[in-house]
Amino acid sequence: MTRTLVVAGHGMVGHRLVEAVRAEDAEGAWRVVVLAEEPRPAYDRVALTSYVDGWDAAALDLGEHTEVELRLGDPVAKIDRAGRTVTTAGGHTESYDALVLATGSRPFVPPVPGADLPGCFVYRTIEDLDAIRAAVDSAKHRKRGRAAAMVVGGGLLGLEAAKALRDMGLSPHVVEMAPRLMPLQVDDGGGSLLRKLVTELSLTVHTGTSAERIEQDGDRLSAKLTNGTELDLDLIVFSAGVRPRDELARDAGLDVGERGGVLVDTSCRTSDPDVWAIGECAAVEGRCYGLVAPGYTMAEIVAAQLLGKEGEFPGADMSTKLKLMGVDVASFGDAHATTEGALEVVLADAVSGYYKKLVVSGDEPRTLLGGILVGDAGAYNLLRPMVGSPLPADPAAMLAPEGASGAVGVDALPDEAQICSCNSVTKGAITHAIRAQGCDSVASIKGCTKAGTTCGSCVPMLSKLLDACGVEQSKAVCEHFTHSRSELFEIVKATRITTFGELIAKHGTGAGCAICKPAVASILATVDTTEGDGGHILDGEQASLQDTNDHFLANMQRNGTYSVVPRVPGGEITPAKLKVIAEVADEFGLYTKITGGQRLDLFGATVDQLPLIWKRLVDAGFESGHAYGKALRTVKSCVGSTWCRYGVQDSVGMAVELELRYRGLRSPHKLKSAVSGCARECAEARSKDFGVIATEKGWNLYVGGNGGTLPRHAQLLVSDVDSESLIRYIDRFLMFYVRTADRLQRTAPWIEELDGGLDHLREVIVDDKLGICEELDAAMAKHVENYADEWRGVLEDPEKLARFTSFVNAPGAPDPTISFTTEREQKVPVLLGVPEVVSR
Amino acid sequence: MTTMETRTVAVCELSQLIPGRGVAALLPDGRQVAIFLTTDGECHALSNIDPFGKAAVLSRGLVGESGGQPFVASPLLKQRFDLRTGVCLDDESVVIRTYPVHIVDGVVHVSS
Ligand code: SRM
Ligand SMILES: Cc1cc2nc3c(=O)[nH]c(=O)nc-3n(C[C@H](O)[C@H](O)[C@H](O)COP(=O)(O)OP(=O)(O)OC[C@H]3O[C@@H](n4cnc5c(N)ncnc54)[C@H](O)[C@@H]3O)c2cc1C
Ligand code: SF4
Ligand code: FES
Repeated sequence: MTRTLVVAGHGMVGHRLVEAVRAEDAEGAWRVVVLAEEPRPAYDRVALTSYVDGWDAAALDLGEHTEVELRLGDPVAKIDRAGRTVTTAGGHTESYDALVLATGSRPFVPPVPGADLPGCFVYRTIEDLDAIRAAVDSAKHRKRGRAAAMVVGGGLLGLEAAKALRDMGLSPHVVEMAPRLMPLQVDDGGGSLLRKLVTELSLTVHTGTSAERIEQDGDRLSAKLTNGTELDLDLIVFSAGVRPRDELARDAGLDVGERGGVLVDTSCRTSDPDVWAIGECAAVEGRCYGLVAPGYTMAEIVAAQLLGKEGEFPGADMSTKLKLMGVDVASFGDAHATTEGALEVVLADAVSGYYKKLVVSGDEPRTLLGGILVGDAGAYNLLRPMVGSPLPADPAAMLAPEGASGAVGVDALPDEAQICSCNSVTKGAITHAIRAQGCDSVASIKGCTKAGTTCGSCVPMLSKLLDACGVEQSKAVCEHFTHSRSELFEIVKATRITTFGELIAKHGTGAGCAICKPAVASILATVDTTEGDGGHILDGEQASLQDTNDHFLANMQRNGTYSVVPRVPGGEITPAKLKVIAEVADEFGLYTKITGGQRLDLFGATVDQLPLIWKRLVDAGFESGHAYGKALRTVKSCVGSTWCRYGVQDSVGMAVELELRYRGLRSPHKLKSAVSGCARECAEARSKDFGVIATEKGWNLYVGGNGGTLPRHAQLLVSDVDSESLIRYIDRFLMFYVRTADRLQRTAPWIEELDGGLDHLREVIVDDKLGICEELDAAMAKHVENYADEWRGVLEDPEKLARFTSFVNAPGAPDPTISFTTEREQKVPVLLGVPEVVSR
Repeated sequence: MTTMETRTVAVCELSQLIPGRGVAALLPDGRQVAIFLTTDGECHALSNIDPFGKAAVLSRGLVGESGGQPFVASPLLKQRFDLRTGVCLDDESVVIRTYPVHIVDGVVHVSS
């Protein structure tokens, strides 16, 4: 008989429980009902701060359940243990056979007078962030772009909140009662370096003091600290710890822990055997855990027990690594050396800006007990799993900067070492997945083991484990070159080699193939237009390297005919030009369709017809466009301020300018863009490799979006910049991408693989950290100067033109294998019935 | 094959071929051959029809080499065919027809 499982709370842990039950309950023994307080399904709270990057809640999705009844926005108000029912605030009653409380925690707001004034916020949910954003916006509006904020709490969460405010353009004050930041995780040495590092990020740190009183001051707030400091503020965010939400349990007479939390045993059962508690609301043998990994473990063990198996909570790893941009902080194991006899080994360098401490056992062999890393947490991934094991080398050597001799590799880890603490995946499980289940990439390990799918900090380790297992994650372009695409780019740029023949003779082997030839053709073309005089892509030997679409400057369709997509920059077109396209289609008998990219596509042209069609287009002031080729495709637009009542900038004008500027640029993969005239985003700019969204003050530039199989939302690179700066940043972004990405790697995976990700990208193209911006600017300027209409180039060169014929021995003869039929009043291709195959 | 008469036709000047690319030629009986010149100067002729994509397009594919085996990759779904034997490198059960080629006084001839 089916029994009913009721889950109160749909946060990260409730979500994991339901997933685990659904995955294991093949027979459908449980009907699962989830009663949730928040108005939306569970989301990735750990990544909450990244919501500020684009205010896109969907990016935090944890995935939908199947066969689960989910009631949102209606919290459980009462448990009737005798009748085994729960009732929600909205009056809905549900009977249960098993009840799991997964109600999480609430932010702790210290009892400061005035802490409930408007302008005071907490930091836990998407709604909290929306409210903070609205307050920041209205303050900026009132005060011409400036707003002041304070964060109460200098722990892990307080610094996250400060980062969020900083990403909203503020320079917040952080107030921490303890004498140092992150008092739970770091010691004084680490704390003082941390303070220096975050101060450089324009935070103002006040330690050893707390808020004494908050008062309304006109439309602002004034806060007085216990050390006498007074701050004029627009908003205050409390992020001073959390308290378990055990109110339901208390009211129902369940036991609670001494310091709060629903008291459970190591199997996560409460004092009532039909009621369980998991996640942050649970006090396992009296202890609450404020991290997601232990919560996930509790979810898994309860799911196992519900399905008749056994499960026990093994205790948890409280290691943490701060996700704050640009500041590395990590703390793991017994970071404060509380174990008896423990010794501390410290390596600090104020000049290079790092502080590293290992805590080891007093007796030989030295067992690693814990550590603190500030400024350079590179060793965290390797050290954390080693906690509890004898150190394979001298502790000081283990702290040496990465790459230094003596530093120890992943080999040194025992099989039981937990590589992914979020999902409790051990080194052994991962190497098993690699060796026995054939995982040969980080992506396949994620799929097989779940490792790396939560906070992502263990991903570099997955890649190292692949290396250690001898799985080659080769960057080689193909069997002919051992180099990656970016290495080939550097070689071509440095040596000024201008032919494939010379490049493969000097740097490769054999004669090349369908992979390296087009890749090299693209590199030669880019180097030529951005550093040389810009030849035609079909000049000389280059003609033999191009993919068929580039060779014929049009997209081959399934029956061997081509499509022609006239370039319509920004999508703006006159009626007269529309008429020309209609006439051309009519004259050549072409199928027409509006593309998903906001252009008109003409299909079914034979090789011989292509130059004739281009001639008609060129004469009418068009050029044919790239709907093929690894180059700029479209820059879509919305009407923007010219017509739309909401528009704040001329998005069409900008789109036209961008499309004309970057057309013809050869790149590792295709490039797409869009410009929206306001935040309503009708041009879908955030699904583009570079997307531009107008703001009151200028433009926001987003990078790394795409559609396709694995859609990605572009992330904010710079905000509120003027048109000139916008174009400068896009120039640099594109040139840096073109030079360093892999073959067929779109911008999103490229950014992801950059060491340091988006922040690094920003440092390179905004702050000019590598000192290459001048060169990138010059290269793009050259590209713009060298641009020439490729299709016109063919029309003007009899030798190239001669190739546009179906048969070398019968110019003008139509290809007898091409035929069409009619569908919805237009022609469509008929494929060959009997292909000429000798054997099959 | 024995019942078929062998005919040789001149299709084009060798100078019309670009090393590393192909051209298509129409035989008198309506069949199409794809003729390729490799970068080391070899000439090969195959059926122009891609049996996977079911279209006459092979002459427009990219020519390459894998472990010394010269091939053309179909421009449709990229299956590779050995230029000498017509064997598909990605599915050896598929073999397409090859044609003998001769160069006489700078003119390419195909026999069928
Ligand atoms: C013609 C068009 C479909 C249509 O009739 O609307 C189209 C047609 C093709 N798309 Fe597309 N895509 C078209 C809009 C899109 C869009 C929508 C957009 O651009 O706003 C997308 C999602 C946005 C994106 O690219 O991020 C799109 C994502 C793809 C992808 C997936 C890319 C990815 O990163 O995952 C591929 C596969 C690839 O490029 O490797 C693809 C590949 C193709 C190919 C090249 C497949 C092929 O090899 O034949 C098709 C070429 C047809 C041809 O020869 O003309 N097409 N394709 C659209 C042309 C737009 C244009 O005006 O240039
Ligand atoms: C900004 C931020 C950053 C963080 N970073 C990290 C990190 O880097 N690493 C890490 O391990 N952890 C991190 N955490 C902590 C992590 O998010 C929590 O440990 C985790 O979300 C706990 O999951 P949970 O399901 O127990 O609680 P929650 O995710 O809080 O979910 C509880 C849910 O129950 C709902 N609820 C409460 N009462 C009721 C009721 N009566 N009826 C119905 N529903 C109810 C709540 O509304 C909520 O939706 C972070 C947290 C925040 C806020
Ligand atoms: S979605 Fe697929 S079938 Fe449709 S145009 Fe794009 S690639 Fe072709
Ligand atoms: S450690 Fe967080 S995903 Fe692996």
